Parts: sequence; structure tokens; C-alpha cells
Amino acid sequence: MDHHSIYISLLANTVKAGTILLFPTIGEIFTERAGILNLGVEGMMLIGAFIGFIVAYTTKDPYLGFFAGTIAGGIASLIHAFISITLRGNQIVSGLALTIFGGGFTTFYGQKWINMTLNNTLPTVKLPILSKIPYIGPIFFSQDLIVYLSYITVLVMWFILYKTTMGLNLRAVGENAKAANAMGISVYRVRYMWTFFGGLLAGAGGAYLTTSYAPFWLDGITAGRGWIAIALVIFAMWDPLKALFGAYLFGGINALQFQLQASGTTIPSAILNMLPYIGTFIVITISSIIVKTRHVRPPKELGIPYIREEK
Amino acid sequence: MEEIVLETRNITKIFPETIANKNISFKLKKGEIHALLGENGAGKTTLMNILYGIYMPTNGEIFINGQKVTIKSPLDAIKLGIGMIHQHFMLVETLTVLENIILGLKEYGFVINKRAVKEKLKEIEHLYSLKVEPNVKVWQTTVGEQQKIEIIKVLFRGANILILDEPTAVLTPQETQGLFKILKKMKDDGKSIIFITHKLEEVMQIADTITVLRKGEVIKTLPKDKTTKSELAQLMVGETQACDFLRKRKETNETILSIKGLIVYSDKGTKSLKGVDLDVKKGEILGIAGISGNGQKELVQTIAGLKKVAEGKIIFSGVDITNKHPRFISRLGINYIPADRLAMGVAPNLSSIDNAIMRRYYRFPLSKRGIMNHTKALAYTRMMAKAYKIKLDNPFAPIKLLSGGNMQKLILAREILENPKLLIASYPTRGLDIASTQFFRQKLIEIANKGKTIILVSEDLDEILSLSDRIAVMYEGRIVGIMDAEEADKNTIGLMMAGAKA
Repeated sequence: MDHHSIYISLLANTVKAGTILLFPTIGEIFTERAGILNLGVEGMMLIGAFIGFIVAYTTKDPYLGFFAGTIAGGIASLIHAFISITLRGNQIVSGLALTIFGGGFTTFYGQKWINMTLNNTLPTVKLPILSKIPYIGPIFFSQDLIVYLSYITVLVMWFILYKTTMGLNLRAVGENAKAANAMGISVYRVRYMWTFFGGLLAGAGGAYLTTSYAPFWLDGITAGRGWIAIALVIFAMWDPLKALFGAYLFGGINALQFQLQASGTTIPSAILNMLPYIGTFIVITISSIIVKTRHVRPPKELGIPYIREEK
Repeated sequence: MEEIVLETRNITKIFPETIANKNISFKLKKGEIHALLGENGAGKTTLMNILYGIYMPTNGEIFINGQKVTIKSPLDAIKLGIGMIHQHFMLVETLTVLENIILGLKEYGFVINKRAVKEKLKEIEHLYSLKVEPNVKVWQTTVGEQQKIEIIKVLFRGANILILDEPTAVLTPQETQGLFKILKKMKDDGKSIIFITHKLEEVMQIADTITVLRKGEVIKTLPKDKTTKSELAQLMVGETQACDFLRKRKETNETILSIKGLIVYSDKGTKSLKGVDLDVKKGEILGIAGISGNGQKELVQTIAGLKKVAEGKIIFSGVDITNKHPRFISRLGINYIPADRLAMGVAPNLSSIDNAIMRRYYRFPLSKRGIMNHTKALAYTRMMAKAYKIKLDNPFAPIKLLSGGNMQKLILAREILENPKLLIASYPTRGLDIASTQFFRQKLIEIANKGKTIILVSEDLDEILSLSDRIAVMYEGRIVGIMDAEEADKNTIGLMMAGAKA
């Protein structure tokens, strides 16, 4: 391979690796916008990855696998929704519990699947015309359908958030639940809905990992990507479009790490494996500073249970 | 026979610690302004929250246009044509005015049809001369504008029963008159209005019918034409209160607090004090007048050590207290009653005892070698409650369950018992009922008569004029005038508050 195509494939892989992060980040943005902090992203991703893998493996249909993993993530999120919305429990504890549950569940049931490999991964579908654009085409438009779905998700969700009544209700609930409720919006319903949505997308991220990027099963295969997604929410300042950049930045680090390992670099692999986490530190530090100086702040009601009759 | 649009029968609401409403029955006629008059803690707001579906009544029935209804949520209330303007505005600050107005409405489509919204806004502007800028964020608007937004919100929902909870608490006199005009117009259009207040002048000015509440019960309903201010005051308070506001001026020529060229930045990074010079004389009551948001809050917070001084100096009895620690400042003898009771005056979820001893819990006899003596703390709190007439049903209950007046009395007692040389009272009677207000003013006079110095920040000009020896007026982060109270009149101060040159 000449240098040229190395870069192209690196960037194409960046998009793939970024997609794994993009789905959960978008999901968590919307969950947090509703005022619910769900630290269970890692757990939901693992569940999505596992269910996605076994469904794709047994049915030999990667799309079905992706779909099943997505739903599984959504169902897992309902545990968190029930504890934090209905029972008004501590969202941090509940989210952490969900992450631990996801890890335990997939380790327990995943034993016999370890090291099995998926033969049919999500096929590449080159988009007519678009994939012919130099540079852009091979990087962005010679991917599988789920990557295209992620583009659409970003745009649609951005539109919903800022241009529709649904998004308006969501933003109001996360900023001032009492005021939203006084205007006849059901805070509980909005929160349930978007927590479920966040779960679906976390599941989608996990399922995409095992049906496309890493089509095999390993214990803890998500390797902290759920946590990176939570960090990316801050980086994105709760905005779906900015999430795209954050996700691809980390996707890039991921892709680079593999490319370097494959090229037999002298950098110890332990250091390379650390890259995404070091990156997380840097990004969180920088974005925290930006958040502070620009007066962008998290949704006001983030993490606060809503009780209507409180005096 | 007049049409009754809303009626409550024997509404009772019991909270874990208190009975807020006891068998309340009242009727609202079509096209009338019905004032619910009562002191704080009389149960007005609770009753309205029941009508708006925020609280569920423990007992009792509600009828709308003669039909029995159950109002389980604000959505039910909105559907029944009830609109409420809360005392604390229900606005989402980070959203635009337009977004706040259509919040929760479905008429404007899934994708928000801004043009249709703006058309309707024009219509309302035309009808009621209510004008707002739809595209700015709510946090950038003034309090007066925010109230307009609240009214427009209610009109957008086609409400024909409006509930306004203490709507004038945050308005300037001019804004209040503007509001009254709008309310009268609505009344003429056949809307019915419930106006909650404890201000007698306003009741006499705007209401048709008045229902007086006291301690959660209806005392009397009477038409405005057949009553007087003094009768209403008596009904509200129960027994007539003797009040003696006998101020003996004690000020000296000695300067106790001297502020020079003070510049302070707000949390948003803008200059909120733009060079304040002020000398406070020992033994005087200095009133600071101004519309809120013109730097009064920042000024007193800076004196108390809660805000950083960017430039300038503050000298208190010869000691430089610029940028000193709040406890150092309070130990020197400056005590502070903050404007926002719930946010800064008390720790809402702690008990009345804990809040009462906050200034001295670490000192003997409440504490000995770091161990707290709870019996002593309780005794101290009871002593305080007795001396300052604080109604404490259960001193162990969270203080947020107390009414505003009782909470404020406790804060006052706590600060006065520290024996300060200078007491700063920021909006001390905001939202308080007549009895508490009287009590509060009397206490301030009392301690001033003992030779203490007081800085009184207030929007209530009557309060400033009746209590202060000297009056300073703040406008846009500066003191634009300072005068002796005997020479001051309401009109001049009012103009200076609005920015006219002295």
C-alpha cells in the first residue's frame, strides 16, 4: 500500500471506530438533556454488543443482530429509568449498578461464546455518486449501512432537539422540570422516553462493535468505550453535531492505535492501549475549561429526581 | 344571577407537618377580579396549587362551571381553562421567550411553526398591549418582561380563569399599574381572575370581591365597595396590632463603614458595581433604594465578604475588610440578612434548630470540646422562638416547611443575637405578611435605637422612607444620590431609581 491509501484506510477506520462511540454519545446527550444521568452506558453497550453478537451469529444476519442489540440496550436502560425516575433513587449509584450488571451478565452468559467469530459482518455498501468523490467518498461513503444510519441519526436528532416541540419539551424538562410540568408536560414520561432512547443508542453502539468493527466475542469487549461516550457528552456540550467531532476524534485515536500496532512500531503496546484513556483525560480537561469560560453548562436538573408535591 | 365559573367546597390540604388549608369554600364569578387576601402562611398559595393540579387536596371538591372536576395535573387544569402565574416564575431561562410561550402546546406542529406563533403574539400585543421580544433568551429579560411572558403564556392557552400569585412582588410601581391595566382589560373580556396578595392598597385598587384567609381558613368574603383597608387588615391579622415606630435618631458624625471606589464583577463577568463611594455613619439607618438588579445585592454581599472586590476599599471601624473572609467580617461585627431566604439565609433541609444555631454552634455552651450539646441547642432555639414570636410547631422539622415570615424572623433573631455593630438587611420584608413586616420593622428600629448601625436594602419605598435616616439610591451599579430621609419624597426617589439625574 502506498502512503496515500494508508491514510484513506486509517480515516475510513476512524469513521467506523467513531460510529461505535457516536451512537452512545448521542443517546446519553438526550438522556442527560432530560435531566437523567445514566452512568450505565458501558453496561448497556456490553449488553448490546453481546446480544447483537449472538443474534447475528445464530441467525447469520448482522442487521438482525444490530437490531436485537439495540433493543437489548433499550431494555437494560429501563432498569435505570425505573430506579431513578419512578423510585427517585440515586442516579449515580443506579447507573454504576447498571454498568456492573452489564459486565456480570455478559461475562456469565458469554463464557461459551468467547473467541467465536462472526463470519457475516455488516457488508460495505458503496453509495452511488457520493462514494466517487475523491477522499470524501472512500472515507465517508464506502461504509456499511449502519454508518449511514449514524449520519442520519445525528442530523435528525439535531433537528428534533432544536426545531421541534418534542425537543423543546425535552430541553425544558432538563432545565426546569417544575416549569415544564406547570405547562402540562409530563416530566416522568419525557424522562422515561429519553432514558429509553439513550439505552437504545448505547445498545446500538455495542452491537455495531460486534457486528462490524470487532466481529468476535471477548469478555468486556467494549473496553471502556461507554465511559468515553460519557466524557464525550461533556466534550460535545450536549450538542449532537459536536458529538460527531468528538466521536471521530476518539475513533481516530482507536484506529491509529491499531494501525500502529499492525505496522510493528517500537512503541510498547501498553502505551498504545492507553491512548484512548489519556485522550479522555486531555479532552475532559480542555472541555471543562471551555465549558467554564463559555458559560455552557450541563442541564440544570441533571441528576435531580422530580417530585411534584414537594413543598 | 351571576355565573359561577369556579367553586371550591371544603378544600382541606394536610402536609406532613402542617394543615395548610382547612375547609376552604369560595366562589369565583365570571368577569370578576377576586382577591385572595391573607398573610404569608395563610394557605393562599397552597389553595391555588390545588386548583392548578400541583397538589392534590386531602379533602374537598372543586367545581368548574358547575361541573365537579378532579384536577390531577397542570395539564388537567390547562384543559379546564385555568391558567396560573406563579409567584416564582415558571420559565426556562435558557430557552427563548417564544419557546417558553409555546412550551407544552401541540397546536404549533411537530416542527415548530414560528410564524404562526408570532402572528398570535401580534394579536395579543394588539389586544392587551403586551409586547415581548420573541427571540431573546429568558435569562436576558427583566423581571417585568418575564411577567409579561407568563401572562402571554396563559393567554396562549386560552385560559378564562387566571390565577396570579403575588404578581406585583417584583414589579416597579409603574409596572404594577401596567399589569393592572392588562388585568382590567381581561376582566372586560369576560375572563375571571384570582389575585393572590397581601398588599391592601392593591386589593382596594383592583379587586371586585375579596376573600380573606387566615391560618388556612376562610375568614370572610366581602365586596370591595363595602369594606375598608383597616377592616381588611384586621381580618387578616386577627387581632389589631399596636405598633410603635418611634425612631430616636442616634447617628453620630463618626463614620463606621467607608467604601471607596468599589468595583465588583457579577457572576456573568459584567461590571455590577462601577465605582461605589459610600460612608455610613455610626448609629444611622441607611436605606438603599433601587430596582433590584442595579447592584444593591452585589454591594451588600461585597461588604459581607461574599464577593470579590476588583478595585476599591472597604474600611470598617478602622479595619480594612476588603476581600477578607466572611467569618472574619462577621466577627468584627457585621451581620447580614440575605435577600434570598431559601438560597442564602437558611439551609432548607436542616431543622429549625440547626438553622437557629448556625452562627454559634461551635461555641460554648452549644459545643464543648467539639461535641455539640443538643439539649442546649433546643433550649436556645426555643428561647429565640419565644423572644421573636416565631411559630415553631416542630423545631426538628426541616426549616423549609416554615412560612416565609417565620423563617425570616428566625434569621433576624439569629443575626441580632450575635450583637452586631452593623446589621445589613437585604429585602428583609419581601414576601412577608403585615404582622411579620410590622414586627420586623419594629425590631430594626429597636436595635437602631440602641445605637446599632443598619443598612437596609429594599424596593419598598414606603419601607425605606419610614425606617431610614438617610437614603441612598442605586442605579446601574452606582449610587446616584444620597439624601436625608426628612427631605426625601417618593417621587424624586422613584425617578432616580429609574435613572433620571438627581
